[in-house]
Amino acid sequence: MSAFRITLLACGALMADAALAGPPDGTTLAKQGNGHGVAPCMACHAADGGGQAAAGFPRLAGLPQAYLRKQLDDFAHGLRVNATMQPVASGLTETERDVVAAYYSKLPVPPATSPPTPLGNTQLAQSLATRGQWSKGVPACEQCHGPGGVGVGDHFPPLAGQSALYLSNQLHAWQQGARRNDPLQLMQTVAGKLSEADIAAISAWYAAQPATPTKEPQP
Amino acid sequence: MMRWRWMAMTASLALAACHQPEQQAAPSAAHAPAAATSTAKVVSHFEPPPESSIPHDDFGKQIALGRQIFTDTGRYAKAYVGNALNCENCHLDAGRLAHSAPMWGAYPMYPAYRAKNHHVNTFAERLQGCFQYSMNGKAPPLGDDVLVALEAYAYWMSKGEPIGVAPPGHGYPKLPKPAQTPDYARGEAVFRRDCALCHGDNGQGQRVADRTAFPPLWGAQSFNWGAGMERLDNASGFIKANMPLGRGNTLTDQDAWDVAYFMNAHERPQDPRFKGSIIETRKAYHDTPDSLYGAEVSGRILGEGVANPRSP
Repeated sequence: MSAFRITLLACGALMADAALAGPPDGTTLAKQGNGHGVAPCMACHAADGGGQAAAGFPRLAGLPQAYLRKQLDDFAHGLRVNATMQPVASGLTETERDVVAAYYSKLPVPPATSPPTPLGNTQLAQSLATRGQWSKGVPACEQCHGPGGVGVGDHFPPLAGQSALYLSNQLHAWQQGARRNDPLQLMQTVAGKLSEADIAAISAWYAAQPATPTKEPQP
Repeated sequence: MMRWRWMAMTASLALAACHQPEQQAAPSAAHAPAAATSTAKVVSHFEPPPESSIPHDDFGKQIALGRQIFTDTGRYAKAYVGNALNCENCHLDAGRLAHSAPMWGAYPMYPAYRAKNHHVNTFAERLQGCFQYSMNGKAPPLGDDVLVALEAYAYWMSKGEPIGVAPPGHGYPKLPKPAQTPDYARGEAVFRRDCALCHGDNGQGQRVADRTAFPPLWGAQSFNWGAGMERLDNASGFIKANMPLGRGNTLTDQDAWDVAYFMNAHERPQDPRFKGSIIETRKAYHDTPDSLYGAEVSGRILGEGVANPRSP
């Protein structure tokens, strides 16, 4: 048997192996990337999926699977413009996007690293979060994102516990049209009516809210 | 015989819908259906006092309680609520928003004679009706804390308004009758496109952390057949001015009528005034083209009601 034939056989065995193994699982994608150009998610979103607050990389752990999946598609298709995520999302196959979205949706929400201390204009923030600003046609954040910003269903992601930098980046992206993947243009409409002071206040506010629902006291 | 009567009724309904005069056309420019935005609309309306002006005394406590009942009705008026709705689901911004039946638009208009029950109603009695019908519950007795607090809240909010003069922005806008008779299939298309995102594929709404995030639009947890929102004129006006939330006045009038029809062509809890038969109940309380109670839609007569496990 020639060396050439041995190489061929070895290659064949490897390919068969790869075919049998199927697509990488979520853990592999998150920790090692997909092996053809996509970096491991944890490099930016942290090993526990909690993100990196200082850099504005969002928490993914515990977010709705359908929401995560849609974001990957939208990054790839330019409906959510982001120089880092565009090549990542484009480099993932459909199946890999499914797998990684499922993986992060099932990760437990990491405990907050810093004690939740709301900063900035908390009065303005609380008012926006719970009352809205109807004189400008702005509903309260929690009307769609749930009490305390814990998120509602597949389409309204949690705001609580995301970093102030990430939240304010998103609100600016909605305003500027860099992010336009919202259903029914709900967020573009709302963000377009917010002032810089509103954005600063509400971003700091939700960054300091607990990411898991707290039971409200009975009256 | 039965069948014939229903067909006749349905036919007359359709006829009446066609011949409805356009007397309900927008009374002011604020109602113009065009590309008006909610931002532009609000300017000329009565401005209710800011929440921060609720006094810090015993009277203020009742006002504040009224506000809590308004926004979290199932918690603060639990004994009288039989569904998953809160007052503010139909009266946005805690009852402060123009064109969303604000409390400052209602309070100065009572006492009032109401065709709904053929006598002069006090404001408190009007509130009782909300609990019986919209909340599918039972009326708090007159003098009950729930009614006192809600009335205090509405009174406080209306300070400075003239009595007996309907202010601009009161109630829901009256849309001109649609060019085409409201239609189930077109309404369903609007619903799937613009409403299901929040209200769910089956109109069931969404809950989170034991709170209603998005209200159920029909079914056991929604308003019953006696509520004002089962009328197509009310529902279309509310929808046009306020839905999708934060994007009011973006639907066409036709879309608003069609989707109101679709919403109200679903079963909901029985009218508590049920007279033993759908025909009699329709004759007594729903004899208008704006009600689908007793009408036949997709081969089914509406008005059978649905059981409500949470009914008090």
